[in-house]
Amino acid sequence: MSAPALKFASEFRDPAAARVLLAAIARKADEIGATREKPVHVMEICGGHTHSIFRYGLDKLIHDGVEFIHGPGCPVCVLPMARVDECVEIAEKPGVIFTTFGDAMRVPGHRKSLIQAKSAGADIRMVYSPLDALELARRNPGREVVFFGLGFETTTPSTALSIQQAAREGLTNFSVFCNHITVPEPIKALLDDPDMRLDGFIGPGHVSMVIGIHPYDFIAADYGKPIVVAGFEPTDLLQSVLMVLTQIAEGRAAVENQYGRVVPEHGNPVSLAAIAVVYERRPSFEWRGLGEIDASGLRIRPTYAAFDAEEKFGIGYATGRRNVPELEGCACGSVMIGKLKPTQCPQFGKGCSPEMPLGALMVSSEGACAAYWQYAGAREAAE
Amino acid sequence: MCLGIPGKITAITDAARLMAMAEISGVRREVNVACVAGVDLEALVGTWVLIHVGFAMSLIDEDEAARTLEALRDLGEAQEALEQMAAADEALA
Repeated sequence: MSAPALKFASEFRDPAAARVLLAAIARKADEIGATREKPVHVMEICGGHTHSIFRYGLDKLIHDGVEFIHGPGCPVCVLPMARVDECVEIAEKPGVIFTTFGDAMRVPGHRKSLIQAKSAGADIRMVYSPLDALELARRNPGREVVFFGLGFETTTPSTALSIQQAAREGLTNFSVFCNHITVPEPIKALLDDPDMRLDGFIGPGHVSMVIGIHPYDFIAADYGKPIVVAGFEPTDLLQSVLMVLTQIAEGRAAVENQYGRVVPEHGNPVSLAAIAVVYERRPSFEWRGLGEIDASGLRIRPTYAAFDAEEKFGIGYATGRRNVPELEGCACGSVMIGKLKPTQCPQFGKGCSPEMPLGALMVSSEGACAAYWQYAGAREAAE
Repeated sequence: MCLGIPGKITAITDAARLMAMAEISGVRREVNVACVAGVDLEALVGTWVLIHVGFAMSLIDEDEAARTLEALRDLGEAQEALEQMAAADEALA
């Protein structure tokens, strides 16, 4: 192993364990004949994993025959621009207090981002939890409080439980603009894409904390690819890559759980029940870079229509479809699904930087472009 | 937003709404415990949980809490979560 690799490894909490794992990965990669020219493509789906890979330079430390492909697992990044426009439209309505996670504030829309709408006078507030939005609704009975419900299965239970709480209290001025999406469906779309060559997956640990590991059974059973649900520490990720390579070497494909200390096989029953009661699947949902994917988004069931901002304000999918194109020259779509590296986008570092983002991948700390910007540049300078 | 942050439950604040006080990196924050609550709510006091956007989603042990917190600090995610809690306090003020 080269000297810079050891330097990176020394930043690990447990450098000895990292070195052992890196060596085991190298042996396994050699065993299956993976090389720089013919690498094994391992997709990490979760933006948190992408961030961790860059933070620790795992993509550089690991054997040349293993290539990380960064998947569409940052909910802010996969949101199509039209949905940001709809947020702004709701936020600009008189009497509305629009509440959102801070991550979404700077994502560009066609007209403006939420932060621009806020400086132009709309009442937009950053909250930490949908419970904060609920509290705002209690304290401001004369105002309409809308929460921007965003995220994969990890955050879906929080809005489901908040809607149920609002219903129990009889709150009539609280609603959720639902943009919850699911992880398994876009993976299926990627596996069906003939241009993609993926050999295995690292599954998002905190999503499986909610849904368990079995929603991924189809990846192994129908597509013959390994998937390992992983934690977020660097050694978790390395161990998961080793588990993927081991399956490939043994000619197996299975769903395995590296993060058993947090992920129960069948997920969290209370969360799953709340999701099932409050939400149903949309026939399809639009993803930036991936287009419409069947059954990949959730909407609020008619029983809870009073808490559905789309119904309340006649916006979004409630109005029929609007097809709004993405910005020209922005390659977020191709980067999102791993077809382009961030630096291959013509706008990277030119028209698009974290200070002046053109696309969502540059906004969120979990976006691949922001991660490249933050870590890869410094690393290249150091090398 | 997607990564949970560890916190320690210090008291049950509203049993009917399944709300509890948690201490998260020195910050006190009320969280919902519906997803981790057993029959005896008080049994949660003193336990560590993984908190996602104000909801305790998983019981973890103290060692796991320390390791996760360290990983989150390394990624800047712990600071981000604490800043978001502070921003929310401002939004509610």
